[in-house]
Amino acid sequence: MEKDTHFILGVYDDEDVLLHAVEEVRGTGVKIHEVYSPYPVHGLEHVLGYKRSKLPIAAFLFGLLGTTLALTMQFYMMKFDWPMIIGGKDYGAFPDFIPVTFELTVLLASFGMVSVFMIVSNLKPWAQPRIFDLRSTDDKHIMAIDIANNSGLELDRIREILRSSGATEVNNKSFE
Amino acid sequence: MQVTSSVRDPLVTGGKTYHDVTHDVSRHVEAKPNIRWFLAFLTSAGVLALGSIAVVATVWEGIGMWGLNKTVGWAWDITNFVWWVGIGHAGTLISAVLLLFRQKWRTSINRAAEAMTIFAVICAAMFPVLHMGRPWLGAYWALPLPNTFGSLWVNFNSPLLWDVFAISTYFSVSLVFWYIGLIPDFATIRDRATGLRKVIYGALSFGWDGAAKSWMRYESVSLILAGLATPLVLSVHTIVSFDFATSVIPGWHTTIFPPYFVAGAIFSGFAMVLTLMIVTRKVYKLEDYITIGHIELMNIVIIITGSIVGIAYITEFFIAWYSGVEAEQYAFINRATGPYWWAYWSMMTCNVISPQLFWFKKIRTSIVATFALSIVVNIGMWFERFVIIVTSLHRDYLPSSWAMFYPTWADVGVYLFTFGLFFTLFFLFAKFFPVINMAEVKSVLKSSSEKVNK
Repeated sequence: MEKDTHFILGVYDDEDVLLHAVEEVRGTGVKIHEVYSPYPVHGLEHVLGYKRSKLPIAAFLFGLLGTTLALTMQFYMMKFDWPMIIGGKDYGAFPDFIPVTFELTVLLASFGMVSVFMIVSNLKPWAQPRIFDLRSTDDKHIMAIDIANNSGLELDRIREILRSSGATEVNNKSFE
Repeated sequence: MQVTSSVRDPLVTGGKTYHDVTHDVSRHVEAKPNIRWFLAFLTSAGVLALGSIAVVATVWEGIGMWGLNKTVGWAWDITNFVWWVGIGHAGTLISAVLLLFRQKWRTSINRAAEAMTIFAVICAAMFPVLHMGRPWLGAYWALPLPNTFGSLWVNFNSPLLWDVFAISTYFSVSLVFWYIGLIPDFATIRDRATGLRKVIYGALSFGWDGAAKSWMRYESVSLILAGLATPLVLSVHTIVSFDFATSVIPGWHTTIFPPYFVAGAIFSGFAMVLTLMIVTRKVYKLEDYITIGHIELMNIVIIITGSIVGIAYITEFFIAWYSGVEAEQYAFINRATGPYWWAYWSMMTCNVISPQLFWFKKIRTSIVATFALSIVVNIGMWFERFVIIVTSLHRDYLPSSWAMFYPTWADVGVYLFTFGLFFTLFFLFAKFFPVINMAEVKSVLKSSSEKVNK
């Protein structure tokens, strides 16, 4: 039976218990595979030791691309490709190009960032996620410990650590 | 760590647990549609079908079907366009601006408000598209596409073109923002479901698993999207107001328009959110999530924006007199005392006087009064756009071409069509999508539910 077990799951009811539990479990040297929560728990990424997301940088770069494309397009079309006098203004009427430039900056920044988010988090309609416990999208926080990553530790020792950290249940889980 | 306030009222009442939140919202998606829903849905679909006769007639015959004439070249169509776009401002304001200000009460209303935003923008877009007369060629007039004129590009100096970019960006960014928020909730429904529903909501949930890493990125994306959507939502009605403000028509040619339009948009958007949410909370028994406290806060936003709009009306009058420009002065006197005096005074009563009733706590915490006033506000906001557009145009520089505007059945029909479309989409949303953002409500539950404070 122990051979089939790939993951040990700690089930937590409360987000504050969970935050302390993550610190405790990591303190004992157990490597946590991932924690699954029904809602964003603030500070969880810090205690898990995750690096800050780089998505804002992606958003900035895509925004910059949007600004550049918008200004290039408008100057090319209005000043160089087919110049026309409109309202007695300069062909390259820079202030008039600001609204469209702003909108395209926002558009590319949003869509670029969201696309990167979808790709790095593997979000797609045909994705088949591994759900450790169905309650992790309802009311329980699930801490998954991958046995393969903790080969130096006895399974019962891991279970003991989870229980003493405040887990209300400790379960086994394996995937086909 | 959650910080609990001892002075604020709880946001979620009734001692709800996390599972209660899941259950109270998901059960409406899981239940078979009842007869009341079918009646409501069929009524709005019927209005949609009836209105589509007018849309077909307009496309088939051309916009000569409408009551426009050579003096009043914009009337019901643009009035309705601005009205719907205005309504479409509350959703993104609630989800983006209130997120940046860390207003936790937004969590139980943002989902439905954003849905309303998206549907309202679709309705708004109908009018400029139909007004093109030949909408199938519209892409050439609205977008910088290479064409056989050499290429004669679209005019980037024109506010009408800026509008195309503003509205379409606003629509697509709002849609993405809304959908990102829906993904974890679809996953919740997926994990409760079996069979076909599991497959459908599984696909809609994009394989969300609630991993801490995904939540970290989700939070990051939400924050940046909110930061981008905040100036965006302000830019949209600003640019809509440029359609008027950059012209040389007395009554339109005012620099006050952008802030005045934005305040009016938030005013009417919150009114529409209240109209819909008061019914939704009652029918779906969500009184513990959308509390009197939420209604009161939205009413306070209505007093503030309504007062800004009122001051804008008075400022316009003052500036018309102070400018010393005769045409400008006439335009405003004609608004208040000319043949369209009834539209002007309907606007003043509905928008300036009626929201002031919300200064009384009894009125702003009364559901019946709020519901009635929310409809009054939107009637007033429709008249505001009608007054700005029609009364400024109907007596132009040349008295021999002064005219009145009379709507035809096609004008009314196209407006009905958008009402049918809006409510059909909203009823579909209310049945098949979770109307409250479960994940976000859960995230504030620990700090803001009744249990913690007691």
